[in-house]
Amino acid sequence: MTETNIRYRYDGDGVPGFEPFTGRHASAELLDLYRSMLRIRRIEEEIGRRYHEDQMKTPIHLVIGQEATAVGCAGALRLTDLLYSGHRTHGAYLAKGGDLKAMLCEMHCRVNGCVGSRGGSMHLIDKRVGMAGTSAIVGGAVPIATGAALAAQMKGEDRVVVVFLGDATTEEGVTAESLNFAALKKVPVIFFCENNFYSVQSPLATRQPNRDLRNWAAAHEVAAVRVDGTNVLAVHDAVATAVALARSGGGPTFIEAPVYRFRAHGGAGDDSATGYRAEAERDAWESVCPIAQFGDVLGQSGLLDDPAINAMEREISTEIAEAFAFALASPNPTEEDLYQHVYATEAGPTDAVG
Amino acid sequence: MPWDEGLVNSLVYDQPDPAEGRVTSYVQAVNEALSLALAHDPGVFVLGQGVDDPSAMFGTTRGLQEKFGRDRVFDTPLSEEAMMGVATGAAMNGMRPVYMHNRPDFVLLAFNQLITHAAKFHYMDNGQTNVPLVVWAAIGRGWGSGAQHSQAIQGLLVGVPGLKVVMPSTPYDAKGLLLSAILDNNPVCIFEHRWLMKKDGIVPEGLYRVPIGKAVCRRPGRDITIVGASHAIELAMQAAERLSDDGIDAEILDLRTIKPLDEAAILESLHKTGRILVVDTGWMKGGVCAEVGCVAAERGFADLKAPVARIGLPDVPTPAGYTLEQFYYPDAARIATAALDLVRHGKAPGPVSSR
Repeated sequence: MTETNIRYRYDGDGVPGFEPFTGRHASAELLDLYRSMLRIRRIEEEIGRRYHEDQMKTPIHLVIGQEATAVGCAGALRLTDLLYSGHRTHGAYLAKGGDLKAMLCEMHCRVNGCVGSRGGSMHLIDKRVGMAGTSAIVGGAVPIATGAALAAQMKGEDRVVVVFLGDATTEEGVTAESLNFAALKKVPVIFFCENNFYSVQSPLATRQPNRDLRNWAAAHEVAAVRVDGTNVLAVHDAVATAVALARSGGGPTFIEAPVYRFRAHGGAGDDSATGYRAEAERDAWESVCPIAQFGDVLGQSGLLDDPAINAMEREISTEIAEAFAFALASPNPTEEDLYQHVYATEAGPTDAVG
Repeated sequence: MPWDEGLVNSLVYDQPDPAEGRVTSYVQAVNEALSLALAHDPGVFVLGQGVDDPSAMFGTTRGLQEKFGRDRVFDTPLSEEAMMGVATGAAMNGMRPVYMHNRPDFVLLAFNQLITHAAKFHYMDNGQTNVPLVVWAAIGRGWGSGAQHSQAIQGLLVGVPGLKVVMPSTPYDAKGLLLSAILDNNPVCIFEHRWLMKKDGIVPEGLYRVPIGKAVCRRPGRDITIVGASHAIELAMQAAERLSDDGIDAEILDLRTIKPLDEAAILESLHKTGRILVVDTGWMKGGVCAEVGCVAAERGFADLKAPVARIGLPDVPTPAGYTLEQFYYPDAARIATAALDLVRHGKAPGPVSSR
């Protein structure tokens, strides 16, 4: 593969030097964003490393390369704000504060998984932290998040709802329908589009005309912005702006964040060699790795050095090892569990967090 | 006036005896249920295309927006899938939406959200989230409604775990079952029948509930059980009158809920009569007729004195033209003939393709 095979180029500005964000973010917050991205990367790598052992009998959709979108977005939300997502849930779940042990138990099909082994990796939820729901049908979560925002509005709650979607989700009719309704009712919802250019192995160009997705969103009278999806601070700030608009009754925002998944659509490895995308394209995007970029800037600013990174790595590594051990030692569900919760029998915890 | 108003107005029903209680129309009974629920619980809201228009969803939503405001009773975009998802998302977050459709045909546009999302969230998230959603639609029939405006889709939903499906046959049940559906913590589909809308009945004022999942005996009998729901019960009752002239005593069992099915009531009646004829407003194959018939065959075999029989719609889309419609829809005479054949000769109606 040569450079000319690159179909989708990174056209962001990278993470700017320290000056532009000095004063807007506390040092601790910046380090948290970095650590959160690093933690997700290491968790995903470990899942990928162990996947071939077949202990995790669930499809996986790794977010390696897409950590800045999840972390930047969740960082701009309150605990009581809700996050919905599609099938690529790992990043959103972890960034919003979902429990790692419960996630790995779910992936190992254990009874104490976050949804009792009924969902697997595409249905990671943790309602205590506002990771409210997912759908494995492309576009499925979009109207549901819109409805959650409608509920917040009707109940007079100070709550914002974000739904993660991909570029292909904008091709589903239900997404256009949801934008229309969200704009009509000015409900506090943010449509966060991680545009990673491929739906499984189908490139954007075979699925959509060459267009600016912001225009598509704006045609529904939804505020529309684009942000560099490899820049955690840019994502954070774009979401914070959208959240402020939503909280003030200004209605929905559509955020397009171009970003790249370094691995295959599903499974542990990369599949670029099959030819649907150029390895050179993947390499080019890996060179703007969101974690490395941000780490460099923090390093230049004096906030982060190798000993600090090493300390983070050790903590994360220990946490991951413990969580895997916990999952592998956890009990399997019983046949009786299969028949539980088909129907709700009495009033349950329908209300969201807070 | 809606195009089918004249047809529905021309239908003649037995009038209830006012001495037995307050008489109201079917439409009024539904309207009362909605009004009571909206007054009772601030989480209840009503949405649907045309719920606030002059036709007011056949009159069932008349006056509700004036009484409860535009935020709680509102018209929707023509976006059935998204609105089903919006209603589901709201239900998952503390609301109790009632999403109304003029026709079940429009619900088909929203099957992804209804079947793959609303019906499954409670299970998929291990019981953490309830989806107290009501989906209401009125089955059309006659006056050229045709293949795309008269579908009775309940049979498609009988096999979907997580859903409940309710089909009232009287104004009393229409109100009581709708109130139960709104108070239920699961997604409940209510399929009304357009031809029942002008029926009057005894309907108590105030809140009451008709339990979901419980059948009721409309007419006790010894010789045969005719079981069904909704408008099929109206036809079955007429058929029972004809049968009594022939000395056949038919028991009529109104399922009221087709999912979950009251299997105990079906088997109890079959045990008594030894014969069963299932009637439905939907297609015979793979639907309510098939499921109820299977329950009888599987669990009531020892009681059967004749084959399990069923009368529903043939395996054909609904024709629009008047004459073809007359061949298509079963009537009381056909039900009576089938019951007679079953009791006298132990013979079920011919194969579906010839009906």
